[in-house]
Amino acid sequence: MEPMAIVSIFVLSVFVGFEVVSKVSSTLHTPLMSGANAIHGVILVGAIIVADHSKTNLELGLSVAAIILATINMVGGFVVTDRMLEMFKGNKK
Amino acid sequence: MSRTVYDLIGLAAGIAFILALKGLSHPKTARRGNLIGAFGAGLATLVVFFYSNENSSLPLNNLGWILGAIAIGLVIGVPAARKVQMTQMPQLVALFNGVGGGAAALVAIVEYLNLGAKASTPVVVFTVFTVIVGCVSFSGSIITFMKLQELMTTRPVIFPAGRFIIAATLASVLGVGGWVVTALGTTPLLILAGLSLLFGILFVLPVGGADVPIVISLLNAFTGLTVAASGYVLDSTLLIIAGTLVGASGTILTRLMAEAMGRSLFGTLFGAFTAKPQDVAAAGEERPVRSGSPDDVAILLNYARRVVIVPGFGLAVAQAQHTVRELADLMISKGIDVAYGVHPVAGRMPGHMNVLLAEANVPYDQLQEMDEVNPTFGQTDVAIVIGANDVVNPAAQTTPGCPIYGMPILEVNNAANIIFLKRSMRPGFAGIENELLYDPKTMLLFGDAKASLTKVVSALKAL
Repeated sequence: MEPMAIVSIFVLSVFVGFEVVSKVSSTLHTPLMSGANAIHGVILVGAIIVADHSKTNLELGLSVAAIILATINMVGGFVVTDRMLEMFKGNKK
Repeated sequence: MSRTVYDLIGLAAGIAFILALKGLSHPKTARRGNLIGAFGAGLATLVVFFYSNENSSLPLNNLGWILGAIAIGLVIGVPAARKVQMTQMPQLVALFNGVGGGAAALVAIVEYLNLGAKASTPVVVFTVFTVIVGCVSFSGSIITFMKLQELMTTRPVIFPAGRFIIAATLASVLGVGGWVVTALGTTPLLILAGLSLLFGILFVLPVGGADVPIVISLLNAFTGLTVAASGYVLDSTLLIIAGTLVGASGTILTRLMAEAMGRSLFGTLFGAFTAKPQDVAAAGEERPVRSGSPDDVAILLNYARRVVIVPGFGLAVAQAQHTVRELADLMISKGIDVAYGVHPVAGRMPGHMNVLLAEANVPYDQLQEMDEVNPTFGQTDVAIVIGANDVVNPAAQTTPGCPIYGMPILEVNNAANIIFLKRSMRPGFAGIENELLYDPKTMLLFGDAKASLTKVVSALKAL
């Protein structure tokens, strides 16, 4: 990829990241952190790609470990965030 | 599947993550936001299996291993997330964050081994970054997990010459990083990983219990950045977008949390370098306290006009949310004005207590935030502090140099009477003595919060 394209994507993503969470009440800090935490679980995609590339047993072993950890991060993260937010429903009004 | 379709689906997942973060920032849309994020992540994972290019053909190599590993991850992750007690949720989040950082570091290592001499210098630089920060995030999160789970002391761990050891470790991490970039080779990279793990441990050990949530949030942002860097290494726009979003929003969130706790970010992270080891207040010293019976408490409550309940982590541990609500309902039926004063960091993390009380169906309009409830303590007859300590400790306002100095507190010391429900005289999570316990207008009710409250409820009914 073009270096300039990568820099543009990076800088724009930084600004979007800043903007979307700039005003959030302290009540939601924990669920928001947990949700963001689950999102970086998409490293699972990277782990699958390197598992596909793996040629030696060492590489494959490390990739498999990466996939396990990334899956735990992603799936566990979304499930626990949902459980937290479930508690809020119903008594908002 | 062509590269264009693959990239478009990746873009859709990136948009889903933006909508997820936006949704999570507002109470009404939070749950939907999380589901949108999960959808995006699921979609991104699914399409990898259908994409081929000059480097990979379909079906993917090692497909059995990949699916098996995902299955193992599901079997570990889902039950852990579903069964965890809400009280222990912060350390689970810390753990999930740590394994994410570890995964990013492993991905970078494998790609490095795979590319060998073909790796371009920028790719090696980003690999080094991912390995360092991913490993720091992994080992640092494990330490925060152990602190929150109370597998180790929650106090800052400060050892002699600690700052020099930390600085030396950091310098060698950077040195070895430079070595990897110039010399290339597997051994330097593994040494780098080992040193980074060590640095993560040393970096988090000096952080005091009350500041642990801020560190978790910071490590979360770190992991986001490692994901972005590995996106560069793997030429994946999606990973760059997702990782950067988490890195940026995580940084802002860390700052917001630090503000809510009245801490400077710098002070939190480097406080241990400058602070003297705390005076552990007078261990073994016996000072008079006024302890009361459930009947005394009931009588006090019966003649009160306004009562503020200050819930803390101890309430959650004792699973006393429902009993507290029973007591509150009983007082309301007697015409007493009742409110819950919820400190932003009551519990173990900002917002944690709101989650726990919502679980017990406490009406939302009775929950008052700190700024709302603090001016009312002057007209409050009784403040009941249940399993909280640091968030009402006046030392935060009066004792410069104590670890929580500057943290906004619930000013229960302005109430006419204060009742502390406590298990023992043990100090709070931050490990600081609370002078309020010895105040003449304070009454202590020792014992398990739930058992004590049940007795107070029946005593109050009998009056």
